[in-house]
Amino acid sequence: MNHLSEEQLILHYYGEEDDSPAASRHLEECEACREFYASLQRVLNVVDALPAPDPGPEYGARVWRKIERQLPARRRRPSPAAFPWRWALAATAFAGLLAAAFLAGRFDPQPGAKATVSAAAADPQTGERVLLVAVGDYLERSQMVLIELANANPKGKLDISSERERAGDLAVESRLYRQTAAHTGDTAVAGVLEELDRVLLDIAHGPAEVSPAELEHLRQRMESQGILFKIRVLGANVRQQETL
Amino acid sequence: MELTDAVAVGMARSGDADAFGVLVERHGRSLFRLAYRMTGNQQDAEDVVQESFLRAFKQLHRFDERASFGTWLYRIAANCSLDLVRARKRRGVQAAPECADAEREPLAQTLPATGPDPERMALSGEVRDRLAEAMNELSPTERTAFVLRHFEGMCMREVSRVLECQPGAAKHSVFRAVQKLRRALEPAASPAK
Repeated sequence: MNHLSEEQLILHYYGEEDDSPAASRHLEECEACREFYASLQRVLNVVDALPAPDPGPEYGARVWRKIERQLPARRRRPSPAAFPWRWALAATAFAGLLAAAFLAGRFDPQPGAKATVSAAAADPQTGERVLLVAVGDYLERSQMVLIELANANPKGKLDISSERERAGDLAVESRLYRQTAAHTGDTAVAGVLEELDRVLLDIAHGPAEVSPAELEHLRQRMESQGILFKIRVLGANVRQQETL
Repeated sequence: MELTDAVAVGMARSGDADAFGVLVERHGRSLFRLAYRMTGNQQDAEDVVQESFLRAFKQLHRFDERASFGTWLYRIAANCSLDLVRARKRRGVQAAPECADAEREPLAQTLPATGPDPERMALSGEVRDRLAEAMNELSPTERTAFVLRHFEGMCMREVSRVLECQPGAAKHSVFRAVQKLRRALEPAASPAK
C-alpha cells in the first residue's frame, strides 16, 4: 500500500487536495498514515492557539486619525475651506445663473432659492453663506426623501406621490447647484450632485404607486451607488463651512 | 446602508479622502491581525498597518476595480511585513516575544491534560516560546504563505496572488513552513504516554 505523502496530508488538512475522498478512504484504512495525520493535526492545533491581540472595534478609526494628516495633499478632497475664493465666485456665479434662469422664464425657484438670489446678488460674502445654507438645505431635503423610500416596508403597493413631487422639485434645484460646482471645478461635488439628480429624476418620472419589488430595486440601486453616504458626507462638509 | 468597498475606492480615487477613511476603519482590524501574525510584535504590526494604508492610498490608481480591495490590501500589508521581517533578519534582530500571561492561557487549553494546572501553564509558556521561535525560523516567504493559508484561510491560489508567484511555489512555501513547525513542536504537542 502506498502511503500518503506529508504534502498530501497537509493539503488534506487544508481541504485543498483534488482527491479528498481517496485520501479520506486511505486514512480510514491505514493506521500509519492516520497516526501521522493526527500528529500533524495536533501541531497545527497548537499553532492555532498562537495569540494575536485584538486591537478592538475602534482600532480602524484610531489608525485613520493617525494617518489622515499624512496623506498627500493633492489627494485630499477639494475642500471649500481650502479655496474660500472659489465659493465666493460660486456665489456670484450662482446668482448669475439664477438671474439668467429668471430672465429666460425657465425657472420658478423655491422660496428659499429666491432669497438666495437677492442675498447673493447684494454681497458676495453674504452670497457665499446663503449659498452654503441653500446647498445644505437642499442636500438635507434630498436625503429625507431617499431615506423615507429606503426605510419603507410596505405589504402591498405604496403611494409615493408626495416623495415623487418633492423629488421633482429637488431635481430642478439640483441642476443649478451642479452647474455651480462644475463652474468652480469641484468635480467631486458635481459628480455626487449628478448622481443624486439621476436618482431624483427617476423617482420623479416613475409611477405614483410602487410595488415592494420596485421599491427594493430602488433601494438596491441607492445602496450600490452609496448615494446616501455621499450625500451625508457632502452635507456634513457644507454644514461645517456654514459654521466657519 | 453600507458603502461597498468598490464605491469607497471610486470616491477615494476622485480625491475623497473621507471615503478612504471608511476603508481604513473597515479593514484596519483584520490587517492588524495579519501584520501581528507576520511580525510577531504588536508595535511592528501597528507600524505595518499604518504603512500599508499609506502605500495603498498612494497606489490607488493602480488598483484593478475588478479585483477584491481586501485581497489587494492584504498583498500590500504582506509586502510591508515582509520588508520589515527581512530588514530585521538582515540586522540579526528577532521579534521580541510578547508573553503576557493572559495570552498564554488559550495555548494551555489546547494541550492535553498532563498534570495539575500550574504544570500545564508552565508547559504552555514553554511551548508558546518554542512556537514563537519556530515562526521566527521560517523564511519571510514561508511565514507569509503560512500565515495567509493557516490563519487567514486563503486558498493556495489566493496566497500565490498575494505573493505574486505560481500556485505551486506558494504550496511549497506552505509545505516547508508546516514541516519546520512540525519538527519544532511535535515533541511538545504529542500526547503524554
